[in-house]
Amino acid sequence: MPAFPAAARVALADTQLRHNLAHATRTIRDKRAAVVGEVAQWEALRLAGAAVKESALLDLDRHLEQLEERLTAAGATVHWARDAEEACAVVAAVARAHGVDEVVKVKSMATAEIGLNEALAAEGIAAWETDLAELIVQLGGDLPSHILVPAIHRNRAEIREIFRREMAAAGRPAPDDLTDEPAVLAAAARAHLREKFLRAKVGVSGANFAVAESGTLVVVESEGNGRMCLTLPEVLVSVVGIEKVVPTWEALDPLLRLLPRSSTGERMNPYTSTWSGVTPGDGPQEVHVVLLDAGRTRALADEVGRQALRCIRCSACLNVCPVYERTGGHAYGSVYPGPIGAILNPLMKGVGQAGPEGAQTDSLPYASSLCGACFEVCPVRIDIPSVLVDLRAQVVDAHRGDRGVKGEAVAMRAAAWSFSDARRLAWAERASGVAGRVLTRLGRTTLPGGRRAAGRLPGPGAAWTGARDLPAPPRESFRAWWARTRPTQEDDR
Amino acid sequence: MSAREEVLGRVRAALADVAPQARAAVAPTAPRVPERPHHEVVDLFCERVADYRAVVERCAVDELGDRVAAALAGAARVVVPPGLADVALPPGLTVVVDGEPDVLGAAELDAVDAVVTAARVGIAETGTVVLDHAPDQGRRALTLVPDLHVCVVREEQVVADVPDALPLLDPARPLTWISGPSATSDIELSRVEGVHGPRTLHVLVVADREG
Repeated sequence: MPAFPAAARVALADTQLRHNLAHATRTIRDKRAAVVGEVAQWEALRLAGAAVKESALLDLDRHLEQLEERLTAAGATVHWARDAEEACAVVAAVARAHGVDEVVKVKSMATAEIGLNEALAAEGIAAWETDLAELIVQLGGDLPSHILVPAIHRNRAEIREIFRREMAAAGRPAPDDLTDEPAVLAAAARAHLREKFLRAKVGVSGANFAVAESGTLVVVESEGNGRMCLTLPEVLVSVVGIEKVVPTWEALDPLLRLLPRSSTGERMNPYTSTWSGVTPGDGPQEVHVVLLDAGRTRALADEVGRQALRCIRCSACLNVCPVYERTGGHAYGSVYPGPIGAILNPLMKGVGQAGPEGAQTDSLPYASSLCGACFEVCPVRIDIPSVLVDLRAQVVDAHRGDRGVKGEAVAMRAAAWSFSDARRLAWAERASGVAGRVLTRLGRTTLPGGRRAAGRLPGPGAAWTGARDLPAPPRESFRAWWARTRPTQEDDR
Repeated sequence: MSAREEVLGRVRAALADVAPQARAAVAPTAPRVPERPHHEVVDLFCERVADYRAVVERCAVDELGDRVAAALAGAARVVVPPGLADVALPPGLTVVVDGEPDVLGAAELDAVDAVVTAARVGIAETGTVVLDHAPDQGRRALTLVPDLHVCVVREEQVVADVPDALPLLDPARPLTWISGPSATSDIELSRVEGVHGPRTLHVLVVADREG
């Protein structure tokens, strides 16, 4: 995956994508605003939600041990996974033990993050996505572009095309009279997937929350595909990030009130399922839970950044982000796009790593205008702008020892040199005034208000001006103006 | 070192800077909706459930049989959980009791048109019905595979908001929170009902016996 600026440039050139995204983000923003407005003490609810998650994180080791103990007592088998490979190996081993060549999946960010489908495919096991949007992405051979609505970048005509072309190879084909009506498309997906639900032996899920005190896992969804996967198969494997833990059953309260309103703009999502281990006579009789680290402890060690682990994956920050709205999710090169992805990825992977993947990760803290809309909308009050700024500092620090001259460092050093001496500063101001006079006459663009600006500069300024206008500096510095006008004003007295 | 030991060790190392009193800090309580008379809570519940395009009807105890019969009009095969005692089902239907003698397989459930169950709690603020899958509500699959779910909620089971419901629910039991019929908004964000779960949810709110 290329670094964000390169990927964003490609995305920005796709007018269909920008149209789909603008429509989708505006629709969700409006719905969310309406239902959040209904809650009298939304701010107090946010504070409670943030506090619940924060207290869970600050005592994570104890809660994890308790969760393991309660789940085991309820008949589940608990596995721990240091990284993605270990987690995938556990799921594959469970599937192999039951001799299956397919599993049905609930939409889950954790399993997308660890590349579970690819890992299972390498073992000859097909992992069927059963969320409608994930199905569209999977059949289209595509990547998700939004946390909540992974196929947000596709319109109905594109979806119809994908269903007609790809459904037959994956199971029940799309009907011949398939139109691009959303209800017709959803009905085709229902028929296609029901076949798989009814015969599936192994289901795979994530979890939105895991209650330490009671060993209860919680999955929040809309379509009922989650209920199908959690209920019908004989065996269930849930891959749960260690940050999903909440201490008590009552602690779910603010989170279950914040999540649906923030994500889909509903008072409550259509279906929430909770279960603790095995229930005799009801649902899967063999239950596995994989507790996944995969970089979460690295993020937890970052005193500024650990708050990112509060994230409940509502995706409200994506929908308000001016950068996301224009580039879409693919440019972030990760299953966690948007503002939260711009901090989660560097926190979990670490900054300053060598190679193109390292460069891609290091580019993410800059994929933001720092406007702060993401912080304002976040239901658990993750201060994303502050974490972004802190991560930018970490990226710069990580590269201090690099070879080669960096334009930014040279410019900063030059600024420090001229600001530290009055005579040097006066000289610099005169030089800047000359530049201003030249630019006013020759500037290539005019800013709103009539001020002239330079387009793309040559040399070390090229990277900065490639995406910004450089306004013409004032022709006269403040000190020059003061010296020139002061005597006149005194004469006026 | 086992993965368990290593992950727990990393967690402890990552939290080395956290003072013990910060760990013990108590979270602020989430705000509650203002108290109001129970009949208003029930009104709000009906309004909010209907808002999800579910069918909502209120009735007295002695009307319940007729209302269930009307709700099941058009269905030929109906499944009920073994413990649904106080709901009389209309004649002329094929009624299957789950677990008497056998529990239904997934394919058998798929051949059923409707299901009738009780509920554990109703939540007014969010228009949610919560099932705790006690004998009068049946296994989780029962209310999932058939296309019509008729759910009987007694007025006294309705509470104002989520924090009122949680203490009434046992986290050791499987629970299903249902807010309207199954729905998706994955295609251009236009809402479509009934993707994988029941396409119709019919909630019957039964007045208290004394009322």
